[in-house]
Parts: sequence; structure tokens; C-alpha cells
Amino acid sequence: MTGEQIMFYLLGGGAVLASAAMLLPPMGRSPIHSAISLIVSFFFLAGLYALLSAHMLSVLQIIVYAGAVMVLFTFVIMLLNLNADELQESRITPGRIAAGILALFVFGKLATAIQLTTAGAQSVDLSDPGFANFGSVPEVGRMMYTTFLVPFELVSVLLLVAAVGAVVLAKRSMKYVDRPLPPPAGFEHPAPSDDEGDHDAHAHGGGH
Amino acid sequence: MTSIPLGHILLLAALLFGIGLAGVLTRRNILVMLMSVEVMMNAVNLTLVGFSRYNGWTEGHVLAFFIIAVAAAEAAVGLAMVLAVFRLKQTTYVDELRLLKR
Repeated sequence: MTGEQIMFYLLGGGAVLASAAMLLPPMGRSPIHSAISLIVSFFFLAGLYALLSAHMLSVLQIIVYAGAVMVLFTFVIMLLNLNADELQESRITPGRIAAGILALFVFGKLATAIQLTTAGAQSVDLSDPGFANFGSVPEVGRMMYTTFLVPFELVSVLLLVAAVGAVVLAKRSMKYVDRPLPPPAGFEHPAPSDDEGDHDAHAHGGGH
Repeated sequence: MTSIPLGHILLLAALLFGIGLAGVLTRRNILVMLMSVEVMMNAVNLTLVGFSRYNGWTEGHVLAFFIIAVAAAEAAVGLAMVLAVFRLKQTTYVDELRLLKR
């Protein structure tokens, strides 16, 4: 067993263990612990990418996934401030057993297909001078800005739309969108002839 | 040459994908379900990186980069929707979101 293989099995085992810990008790019981084990799993995967010569992806994995996406997740989990009595789960229902069996079935089918098709696969030799920059930032970047220029620009549009969409969705309430703005502080309502008493309290606050 | 067999890379990716799938199907907390989707996307990325390593193709890395970008967009919009739903129903459990079932 070479050092490369030992690293692969260590990192792969770590990634699987961390991902499984995300779902299973005791870590999987609270969302914040799930998020932390997911971050650990992402670091293991970044190590795997580096081991497979995908240096740029390895760095992106840490910056984008472990950095940006998981910060967003932990931020939302902490913002929601879920109470202990809301953390139910861990009931075993027939639906869950069926779902678990389905996931196992999918994995079994994938494993069979992999066994059948990958026997004797030979990798290219990365010590070949043609692969000197394989997976490096300049190499991947060049391909991104030449062959994949249009998809790359489309991704920027997608990210812009997602950012705008996230802001609109997370607004305090959609009700305020088509309602006139409340009058500024100190604004006096013209005294209505028949007082129904349903005015906003803060609109009157300055006058009394 | 790499001493890691391609089948083992793909098996690891399939295992991660299965874990993510089991998470989406069994857990009822929308936050954990979204995190499981991230695990599934990472499994696909690992497959792409493994095939790229074996064939010497940089295209797989670019495609994995696009997946990362889409996953980031999905997480942003998904979490915004979780926030909006939580404001409406005070829950993150999908079993309690059944307005259409009445």
C-alpha cells in the first residue's frame, strides 16, 4: 500500500464518517452539530481533491463550501434559535425505514455498476510534461475563460439572480411591498370625522 | 499513474451520495435536508474529479466549479426560503408544512 492510497482511505473514511455523523445521533440531533460535522466532511473532501491533483477545486471547496455556504447555514440555524422541544426527530416510522432501504438500494446499484465498469482502469501519467499544470489555478482558469466562457458568464448571472432572490425572499414581510409607506414620525393625520380607532399606533405617537 | 483504483474513488462517491440521499429522505428538518443535498453535490464533484484525474481532463474541474457555484446559489435561495417559511409557521419541520393537504 502506497502513501497515496493510505491518505485516500484515511481522508475518504473521514469524509464518510463525518457525513454519517451529520445524520445520526448524537451529532445529528441538533442542526448546529450537523452543520459542524458537515464542515469537517468538506475539509476531508478538500483533502481528497488535493490528493487527486485538483488543487484549484481543493481551495475552492474550502473557500466556498466550508467558508461561505456553511457560514450561511450556521448563521441561519443560530438566527432561527430553535428550542430544545422543537428538536424532535429520531422516531422510527415505516416511511423512514422505506427511505433508508431506498437509499441503500441506490447505493447498491451504483456499486454494482462501478464494479462492472471500472476493472483495470488505467490513469494517465501526471508526471508527463503535458500535465505539468494539471488542475492548477492557471490551467483551470484558462479553460474557464476560453472553452467555457459563456457558461462561466451565465453562472455569474445565476449568482446575481440568486443573491437578489435571497434578499427578496428573506425580506421581513411581502405585505409591505404593495402597501404605501407609513407616514414619517411627527406626521399629523388629518382628523377623521368618524373615528374607527384602527390607525397605526406609531403614526399617532408623535402627535400626543 | 496513480495508485488509487478508480473504482474505489467512485465507490466512495457513491457512498457519500447514498448518505446524502438517506439524509434527504429520512430527516424532516429542512435545514438538515438542505445540508444532505450539499453532501450529494459533493459526491458528484468527487466523481468528476476522479474521472478527470484518470483521463487527464481539466474539463471535469471546470464542471465541478460550476456545480460549486450552483450549490452556493441553491444554498442562498434555499436558506432564504427557510427563513421566510419559519417567519410564517415558526417551524423548520417539513411535516408541518401541509397547507395544501387540508
